[in-house]
Amino acid sequence: MSSAIPFSAQLINLFAAVILLLAFAMLAQRRVVALINLFAMQGLTLCLSTLVVAVSTGQSHLYYSAGLTLLLKVLLLPWILHRLVRKLNVKSEVEALINIPTTMLVGLVLVMIAFNVALPISELSHTITRGTLGIALAVVMLAFLMMITRQKAITQVVGFLSMENGLFLAATSATYGMPMVVELGIALDVLVGVIILGVFFFQIRDQFDSLDIHHMERLKDN
Amino acid sequence: MISISGLLGQAFAILLALVLAPLLSGWVGQCRAWLQNRTAPPLLLPYYQLQKLFHKDVVLAHGASSLFRAAPFVVFGCMVLACAIIPSLSTDLPLAPAADAIALVGVFGLARVFISLAAMDVGTSFGSLGGRREMLIGFLAEPALLMVIFTLAMIAQSTSVATIVETLAHRELVIYPSLAFAGVAFTFVSFAENARVPVDNPATHLELTMIHEAMILEYSGRYLALLEWAASLKLYAYSCLGLALFFPWGIAPGDDLLALVAAIPLLVLKLAIGGALLAGIETINAKVRIFRAPEFLGTAFMLAVLGLLVRLLLESKV
Repeated sequence: MSSAIPFSAQLINLFAAVILLLAFAMLAQRRVVALINLFAMQGLTLCLSTLVVAVSTGQSHLYYSAGLTLLLKVLLLPWILHRLVRKLNVKSEVEALINIPTTMLVGLVLVMIAFNVALPISELSHTITRGTLGIALAVVMLAFLMMITRQKAITQVVGFLSMENGLFLAATSATYGMPMVVELGIALDVLVGVIILGVFFFQIRDQFDSLDIHHMERLKDN
Repeated sequence: MISISGLLGQAFAILLALVLAPLLSGWVGQCRAWLQNRTAPPLLLPYYQLQKLFHKDVVLAHGASSLFRAAPFVVFGCMVLACAIIPSLSTDLPLAPAADAIALVGVFGLARVFISLAAMDVGTSFGSLGGRREMLIGFLAEPALLMVIFTLAMIAQSTSVATIVETLAHRELVIYPSLAFAGVAFTFVSFAENARVPVDNPATHLELTMIHEAMILEYSGRYLALLEWAASLKLYAYSCLGLALFFPWGIAPGDDLLALVAAIPLLVLKLAIGGALLAGIETINAKVRIFRAPEFLGTAFMLAVLGLLVRLLLESKV
């Protein structure tokens, strides 16, 4: 049974499980700086998993994907986010709309849904990574949940980036990655998105003296 | 079915548990002291304490019923039984059919019920407070522990602890991500169950925060000695269970006396490393408020369920 799984697939499964674990850790994390570090770790795990897929399948463009992930999601984006946090001086605890244990239970239900949804889809696929499709879907949904339940703008951006991690994992697990052009486009989009959102943070703070997006519910010219 | 070497191994495992358990507590205490820049107490301190307590007279509260006097023996007996069915040295244990992994959780639960009832028996406010807190921790920790056991039982296709350990020890090298989840969850649960730092501080006698110490506050003399011994046996049992489930290498298979003898130093080494790690984790963590304990154990439960799900998704097919 289990012994039939080749070693590289076992490694990929392990990395996928770690990515899922990190997604939950991010969901439970209260501090912004630790959250960004967790995001960087998730990116690193994603990069390693992509590398293993690349080595075991010989898909050369996956090497570039892994390099891009390492550069962008492990080094550049966390650096930008850390810088933003330092400049905006948000080190306090992140407040969630729902308390953390409830969020975790909701997350658990989401994981079950994702696994069940992905099961018939992954049977159609023939890649060695097809088992991780459920995990990728779960990571996307957990990132959604994080964006919904958090109030601060920075955590929502981290949630958005984590969702991109999930999508990337889904792409590698279902079809050995997207075409290079698409991947480059997405990477650039994410980078530009974060930079623009960083500018937004300053604007939001200047306007409301806080990064709590609840203040933005009543945007009126008065 | 029951062989001589099996009986020998069983008796030896129980004896070793009784002897090693206070030593493990002493070792953890010593490591904690070193890490906190204090002068370490002697390694044999728990033995001295046990000896001292066994020689002291018992002082009983006026309202103490027979339950109060029986509870230490029940708790101690439960812990010895737990140590007997957990394969610490070999998997050939004649007592193993007495309780499978689920019943093992029940044995721990039985001990918990008795110690909580005894704490409430005398009617002091601290005893009731400790008993209630213990039940709160217990009812949150037990489902997580059961989920961990279900994950392992699915891998081994059996709920017998000996069979699970044998399957895990003699498998070919396959990475089980679910085992990693279960391992972390099990660590969380054992911290909570053994009254270690993130949930309870074993060294504190500050009334507002203590859980385990609050329950045994009314005990003295040999009863207290038995309860202290039972507490170290519980720590030993959990450590051995964790080591057997997640680091099963070196545990003697079946009736091989030589392997049994070789398993002893390995077990001591593993326990020493585990104890030092435990002290390290206790040092770098602060005790959380009692109302944060559900969050801590909720995380453990979530991890255990994730392990189960990952097992179903990633490892069952192909």
